[in-house]
Amino acid sequence: MIRDITIGQYYPVDSPIHRLDARVKLTMTFIYIITLFMVNNFVGYFFVIAALTGIIKISKVPIKFMLKGIKSIMIIILFTAFINLFMTKGVHIIWQWGFLSLTVEGVILAIKMCIRLILLIVGSSVLTLTTTPIQLTDGIEYMLRPFKKIGVPAHEIAMMMTIALRFIPTLLDETDKIMKAQQARGADFDSGNLMQKAKSLIPILVPLFISAFRRAEELAMAMEARCYHGDENRTRMNRMHMQKGDYRALTMGLVYIAAILGLRYATNFFPFII
Amino acid sequence: MSIEINHLTYIYNQDTAFEKKALDDVNLEIKKGQFVGLIGHTGSGKSTLIQHLNGIIAPTKGEILVDGENIHRNKAKLKEVRRRIGLAFQYPEYQLFEMTVYKDVAFGPTNMQLSKEEVHQNVVSALETVGIAPELYEKSPFELSGGQKRRVAIAGVLAMNPEVLILDEPTAGLDPKGRDEILQAIKRLHQERGITVILVSHSMEDVAKLVECIIVMHEGKVAMEGTPKEVFCHVKELEAMGLAAPQVSYVFAALKEKGFDVPLDVFTVEEARKVLLNMVRQVSV
Repeated sequence: MIRDITIGQYYPVDSPIHRLDARVKLTMTFIYIITLFMVNNFVGYFFVIAALTGIIKISKVPIKFMLKGIKSIMIIILFTAFINLFMTKGVHIIWQWGFLSLTVEGVILAIKMCIRLILLIVGSSVLTLTTTPIQLTDGIEYMLRPFKKIGVPAHEIAMMMTIALRFIPTLLDETDKIMKAQQARGADFDSGNLMQKAKSLIPILVPLFISAFRRAEELAMAMEARCYHGDENRTRMNRMHMQKGDYRALTMGLVYIAAILGLRYATNFFPFII
Repeated sequence: MSIEINHLTYIYNQDTAFEKKALDDVNLEIKKGQFVGLIGHTGSGKSTLIQHLNGIIAPTKGEILVDGENIHRNKAKLKEVRRRIGLAFQYPEYQLFEMTVYKDVAFGPTNMQLSKEEVHQNVVSALETVGIAPELYEKSPFELSGGQKRRVAIAGVLAMNPEVLILDEPTAGLDPKGRDEILQAIKRLHQERGITVILVSHSMEDVAKLVECIIVMHEGKVAMEGTPKEVFCHVKELEAMGLAAPQVSYVFAALKEKGFDVPLDVFTVEEARKVLLNMVRQVSV
């Protein structure tokens, strides 16, 4: 159950996508998300799905891992589908009951919205599955640098993200251990009504919070002991360098944007595309 | 009660890139009333093995029989198995959560749906066994010292009146005094209540001193099994597995090399003292 969360779950294999510069991957993901909202017809979605499938193939991450993230937002997807299905006003009415009406336009919009959400999640999982958290935050820190002038604490944000990401698996392990230990003392997390279930979480949450605070304190101490004092005069061990492949990927990104724009305005000339 | 393990195999994260075989065709039998030591290098599968014994994790392949019955056949009975086979994890003090020591120890027996009097009896007797004084019962467990916390946590398992007690490195990270207190309590439990004890430990000294039978795990398999004397004779093999014999035996090996006529199967300080005193007496006579 806990293991289904894909955020920060790096999948360690070697592939051209894994080797890309984190900044390139961040930029591309950003572009990808924006273009998702520019696509307005099925031909466009087909193109995005094809491109994404290609990238996933190259990344060598099993498709199963990519799709895992969808499970966690299933409710949002279903809710969106429901709202769009029944709340969209249209001329081609299929079925009507009170204020609820099912229209052809609604069905089309609902399908598009679901595709959009799924593509959004799967696309961003590609980033987190192929980039180590350290690379990712280094990339974010670099990209946030221009905003330092207006007072954005880029380094601190990146450090906080690194630490948070770093501790997700640790805390999951810790939760797992505590759950097992309480189970060994006869704790039951699955049965009972809602109230009893909520109550049964106390033996997990109290030790978990205590250990999280203890860890935070120890980490702060260890960082200070090594003279960590923030961003000032700090050099990096791994400097990011753009490689040939990175430029190639960026070029492909530009082609991708052009294709998306082309497909968006194609509807102006070919009105039969929905 | 006896525990029988047949062809137990366990694979972590099966069918993913993180797949790892933690246990590989393990066959063991633990008899009633035995004091068993489980040793092995980090990652040898000790912890995974003991978690199977009371059904916290289910085997990928193979079965665990308690009194001849597969513990996973009947889900409803699993809770009863967990009561009868008490498991104290590594650093058990991290699982303390209640407002008072008493309440925390009572968590287990209360989950077992015992009556209030029974719970009280079990809690007091468990706390007595581990040597926690009555004036600490109403204190917060978080105010205690490290050794006390550990003992309270172990009492939390004992309070369920288990017939088998499994302890995963109960002395890790404790000072010598705390360590002795815990080991004394375990020894008493074994002798007075006659419960079966399985002790996972990195300290060869503790194992040599306490247990009757040693199981050596290596890379998910049972590498050796036997009495401390039988196992610790194979120093070379143990060292190849990242383990060692008790330090005293190295002293005796060195003495032998220097030309003293000493036996090589001495593994505890007590024994060593006897042997050496005997030798000194013979020399002076």
